[in-house]
Amino acid sequence: MEQIRIHGRGGQGVVTAAELIAIAAFNEGKYAQAFPNFGVERTGAPIQSYARISSEPIITREQIYHPTVLIIQDATLLDTENIIHGTNKETVFIINAPKNYQLKIKLPSKKVFFCAATEIALKIFGKNIVNTVILGAFARHSGLVTLEALKIAIKEKFHDKGISIIEKNIKAIEQAYND
Amino acid sequence: MKKTNIQHRVKDHILEGSKAIALTINNINLDVVSAYPITPQTHIVEDLAQFKADGKAEYEYIRAESEFAAASIILGACATGARVYSATSSQGLLLMVEVLYNISGMRLPIVMTCANRAVSAPINIWNDHSDAMAVRDSGWMQFFAENHQEAVYQHLLAYKVAEKMSLPALVNVDGFILTHSYEPVSIPSKSLIKKYLPDYKPETGTYLDPNNPVTMGGFFSSDSYFKTRENIVTDFNLSLQEIKKEYRKLKKVFNFKDDSNGLVEYSGPKKPKVILVTMGSLAGTIKETIKDYQEVGLLKITTFRPFPSEEIIKAAGMCENISIIEKAVSPGSGGPLYSEIRAAISQTGKRNIKNYIVGLGGKDISQKMIQKIIKDSRNKGKQITFIG
Repeated sequence: MEQIRIHGRGGQGVVTAAELIAIAAFNEGKYAQAFPNFGVERTGAPIQSYARISSEPIITREQIYHPTVLIIQDATLLDTENIIHGTNKETVFIINAPKNYQLKIKLPSKKVFFCAATEIALKIFGKNIVNTVILGAFARHSGLVTLEALKIAIKEKFHDKGISIIEKNIKAIEQAYND
Repeated sequence: MKKTNIQHRVKDHILEGSKAIALTINNINLDVVSAYPITPQTHIVEDLAQFKADGKAEYEYIRAESEFAAASIILGACATGARVYSATSSQGLLLMVEVLYNISGMRLPIVMTCANRAVSAPINIWNDHSDAMAVRDSGWMQFFAENHQEAVYQHLLAYKVAEKMSLPALVNVDGFILTHSYEPVSIPSKSLIKKYLPDYKPETGTYLDPNNPVTMGGFFSSDSYFKTRENIVTDFNLSLQEIKKEYRKLKKVFNFKDDSNGLVEYSGPKKPKVILVTMGSLAGTIKETIKDYQEVGLLKITTFRPFPSEEIIKAAGMCENISIIEKAVSPGSGGPLYSEIRAAISQTGKRNIKNYIVGLGGKDISQKMIQKIIKDSRNKGKQITFIG
């Protein structure tokens, strides 16, 4: 079972990101689960969300303590909280930061991938909403969902938000994927 | 990481739990919905309001100024012979309490969802079962769902049994854990639901109708009041068989199999050394944990009211060690489920019955905690332990 833990801040779409992963995996014929863990409900507060992907039905509901993939939507969280707990040398890290970003802590794994999601988000949306953007990097580096499945998941999830929002999000994940 | 490509999914959709419940409710031929939003129930009634606004729903949606009003509105609507629905959580459910007693006393077959949440103070929006336990004695049937699919089916079962027995029912779904999670689920179609749950047609003289005037909820002298209370208890006892019967039908109509009989579900070895007992979504985490234990079984209580004592004795009565893991506590006593199971099981002889209080205010319940409980469950001694 693949266990994906996402760290970010309130307002960045941390929960939506986990849901999109689950929808994409489900659409590719796998079992999937996604759920949030809010701290306090306010913009900027650290938030986690979780997604699981498996070839078997998923019945456990414990939070994710040993992630196979850790997505960090805001690299400053690394400086203030122990968000890498439970990771090991196999964990895939997807971090929203420029390619030349200098981490202040040592990560247990060499599978560390940076994605300049904020830069892409500011360019495409005009604001720092990185949740869908960083999923482009997630699809490429984890291989757990295809880019195509993510695009379909975005169309499903943002169906009510209109075509312009959908197109922008798709453009954003494509850029992150090819970055 | 390897790419897997498996094509054996059996459910139709991946949905948020709240959405799955709302879609199911909209597929039931319903007359009136009234609700007041409260976290974590909000998404359910928001979805129902949206369906109405989009012209996809046939029910009347009445916005209420409080939960007390919402409960009163559905009471009134149901008393005129309408099929009604509401949903709430925590403080909202507690604000409804006076009306809940009236609903059961008036024998109105109302179904509500409770997205279970801790009760203030201190303020906490996360999941536990304190709210459901606060209305334990209000005369409502209570079901607890483990996952989205079970929640969907329990709502259909709840309406069916409620209308047959003239008793209200509360379907409990763990707040956030089920209401805000995404997982695969199938939503039964309108036509299939109609096959299982025909349109609600109460008998003449049992509802408010200008052509057949009746009084409902009026003054009763002590003798009559005493008798009506006794009748409710009798009918609750009868509803045990009805739930089993209707659950069998449910499985047939909606074509699924599971180990539940509508009241309880046992999973594990034939002769377990330890049986863990729980309600709601925690059953999933426990099932995952006990895959590594050959002598441990799980008894999931799906119907808490009426309380299925006989089924519990049948499933767990002969086991030496029984541990009740629950998300509620009655200060000055213990877990409410523990107290009742101890009362039921004590008829079968001396057993090592222990109580573990977990998950209050949404405290995550990890598989590690369950392992710790399993390890402790054979120890004699302290009966009530907080694991957090």
